[in-house]
Order: sequence, then C-alpha cells, then structure tokens
Amino acid sequence: MLRHVTELVNQHLDEVAALILFGVGFTMLLLDKNLIKKIIGFSMMDSGIYLFLASYGYIGGLRSAPVYTNGVTDPAAYVNPLPAGLVLTGIVVSVSVTAVMLGLTVRLYQRYHTLDMDEIAEQIRKEGK
Amino acid sequence: MPANKKKHDAFARLADWLENGAQPLDEEIGESLADEAYEEENAAEKTIPSVEVKKQTPKKKKRQERHRRKRRDALTVGAYADAWWYRVTAFIVCVSLVGLLLYGVVRMPLFGNADTLADSEVASFYVTHTLEETGAVNIVTGIILDYRGFDTLGESHVLFVAVSSVLLLLSIRGEKDEQERLLESDREQRTEPDHDLVLQGGARLLLPLVLIFGIYIILNGHLSPGGGFSGGAVLGAGLILYQNAFGYDRIGKFFTYRTFRAVSVSALLFYALAKGYHFLTGANHIPGGIPEGTAGAILSGGLLLPLNIAVGCVVTCTMYALYTMFRRGAF
Repeated sequence: MLRHVTELVNQHLDEVAALILFGVGFTMLLLDKNLIKKIIGFSMMDSGIYLFLASYGYIGGLRSAPVYTNGVTDPAAYVNPLPAGLVLTGIVVSVSVTAVMLGLTVRLYQRYHTLDMDEIAEQIRKEGK
Repeated sequence: MPANKKKHDAFARLADWLENGAQPLDEEIGESLADEAYEEENAAEKTIPSVEVKKQTPKKKKRQERHRRKRRDALTVGAYADAWWYRVTAFIVCVSLVGLLLYGVVRMPLFGNADTLADSEVASFYVTHTLEETGAVNIVTGIILDYRGFDTLGESHVLFVAVSSVLLLLSIRGEKDEQERLLESDREQRTEPDHDLVLQGGARLLLPLVLIFGIYIILNGHLSPGGGFSGGAVLGAGLILYQNAFGYDRIGKFFTYRTFRAVSVSALLFYALAKGYHFLTGANHIPGGIPEGTAGAILSGGLLLPLNIAVGCVVTCTMYALYTMFRRGAF
C-alpha cells in the first residue's frame, strides 16, 4: 500500500509539489491574521496553479520549446504551447490583483495603524457599527 | 436623534473619510467611545414606552442582550480568527482539500506523457498553423498577440487599471495624513542609501546590460522566447535599480508621472487602434493588409512587433509605477 502511494507520488512529483504549494498558500490565507501574510499566501496559491499548468504543457522525448526551428511545423516536434500562453495571462492578472490588495492594505494600515485583521475588526466595531 | 447619527451611515462615513482623511487613532477611538453603538441602542430602547420595558422579565432582557452581542460580533468579520474552532475547522478544510486534489491528481496522465496531450486538437492546430497564419516564429507570441490578441488587450488594461486604483488608493490623504507623510519622507531621506558606492558601481555595470537585454527581449519577442510582458518586466526592474542607486532626482529627469501617463496611455491607445483595424478588416488575423515579411526576420509578422513594443511599454511603466508608489506613497 505504502509502496503504491510512493510510486504514485514519484510519478506525479510536479503536480504534487504544485498542490502542496497551493495548500500551504491556502492554509496561510485562512489561518494567518496578518494581512500581508494573507497576500503572500494568495500569491503562493497562484504560483502553485502556474506550476501545475506549466508542468502539463511539457511533453517528454526529443521535443523543443514552442519556437519553430528550421521551419518544421510538425506538432510532434514541439511541446504544448497552450499552457505557456495561459500562465502568462494568469501571471499578469495576479500581479495586478496583488498590487490592488497591497494598496488596500496600505490604506488600512494608515487608518488603523495595525495589520492584524482582528484588531482592525475590533476598531471598526468600536467606531460604532 | 443623536447628533452623530450621520456617522453611522456608511456613505456619509466614506465621504467624511475621503474629505478629511484618516484621523489619528486615539482621537477617533475617543470619539467613538463617546457614542458607542451600545449607548445608542440603549437610548433607542428608552424611547419605547416604559410600560413595555417593565413588562420584560429580567430573563428576557438578558436573552435580548446576548442576542444583540452575538449579532454585533457577527458583524465584525475576522474577529473569530483566534477561536479554536475556527482554527481547527480551517485546518481540516485545508488538509481535506489538498488530500482531495492529490487524490485526483495522481489519476491524471503522467508527467511529460506524449500520448495524452500531444493529441490535443487545439495544441496541434496552433503548432501547425501559427507560422503561416501569423508569421510568428515563437508560437506563444503568435497565440497571445494574434489568436488571442483581444484578450491581451484586456490584460494590458487590467495592468493599467491596477496602477490607477493603487494611485487612487494611496493618494487619498487628509491634512493630518500630510504631516504623517512628511514624517515618512523625512525618515526615508535618512534611511535611503545616499551615494552608496557599491550600489552605484553595481548599477553602472549592470544597467546597460539589463536595459539592452530587456529591449532585446521585447524586439525579438516574435522570433525567440520572450515578448512584451517579460521584456517589460526586465526593463521595469532596470528602472527600479536606477532609482535605487541614483535617487529620485536623477530618474525624475527622464521618467516622471507625466512620462508614465503619456507612454502607457499612448501604448494602450495604439493597441486598441490596431485591434480596431483588425476588426475592420474582417477579424481574421492582426496582420491583415500589412506586409508580413519573411518569417525569421526582425521586421516580420505584421503587427506583432509593434504590439509587442506597446505591451512592453505598458508593462515597464506599470512595474516602475507600482514600485515608486508603494515606496513613496505617491508618484
């Protein structure tokens, strides 16, 4: 049983690593009270997904990167170009989202002088909700 | 009606915030202690005819009190992050989610297996047709700037909108914040490396290489791995290095807020016009009507090269603007 599991994990090392990265980021997002660390967790989730997608674009054997060499247009000569394009889009969007989140965090810090979500909630309550 | 009723209207508070900026903390807490929500609710209760109040048994009142406190606690998101049940539940959710995903993942096709993904019709279509249809040697560039050019237009706009919203968020300041900002900039002037020899020497050595490499990645994006996004990121990093080594004054001579605005807006406009032209000519492919040149030459691929340059300009400006805004709080 254990040998079976190790074998499976060994065969899918990339995906397992990506998922563990995703899980660590998700746990951080849920369990950490510090807003900056929540944002870091969010970015880690993003990275996990990109690693997952990009690893599925790879095809073994003697295949080159998706750039035409010597005018060969045979699909069997190149790895899958689609995940690269998708991941590029994802990275750009995640950069924008991270920037906006950080901007909001800066505003929160300027107003409440803390990054702790609980304390911010407490102060909002004191302000009179 | 209490005088500070206005404060409890979310919009009025937001307007107040925008107008006057954040107040110093102790002042605000003092103010809010004076008109605690609690008191007001009690006051509201007093207006109820006293007969009714007397009717309530102490038990009922206690229950009401508890109910009210519960409701108030529920209003404050995140205040439960310390509770043991929250931590345990979150941990269980995380572990079971990862376990479930792992269970699914080990049943997916093997890593690097040719039979499963190479046969995907879409991927083979792109590999077979990108060269003749778009003139791009780099298939990924052909996909993102031609087949999915509209998507990339939106993407560049997402970047621009992100910069705009960060600029908006960081520039909401009242008078009291202004003092704080002065303090901040004073502190920064003291901590900023002033004529750091190692940094400046390193920057002098590295900057030409970084900038040339970034420009190469952008210009060669349709021929070799790279393109507007990656090259723009490299150029942006070069500008950030320049700013760190030589200070705001030196970079202010050639890159200011006005430069940022002019470059990114005109790049986006150019992209939008190119895309509009593409729609006008039948929405087949971006190069419609523009000489494609021989594939592999730097001037080939129709509009791919100009579009790469436009995207590169937007990304460079975005990277540098984000860094500067987070560092100084303003551009």
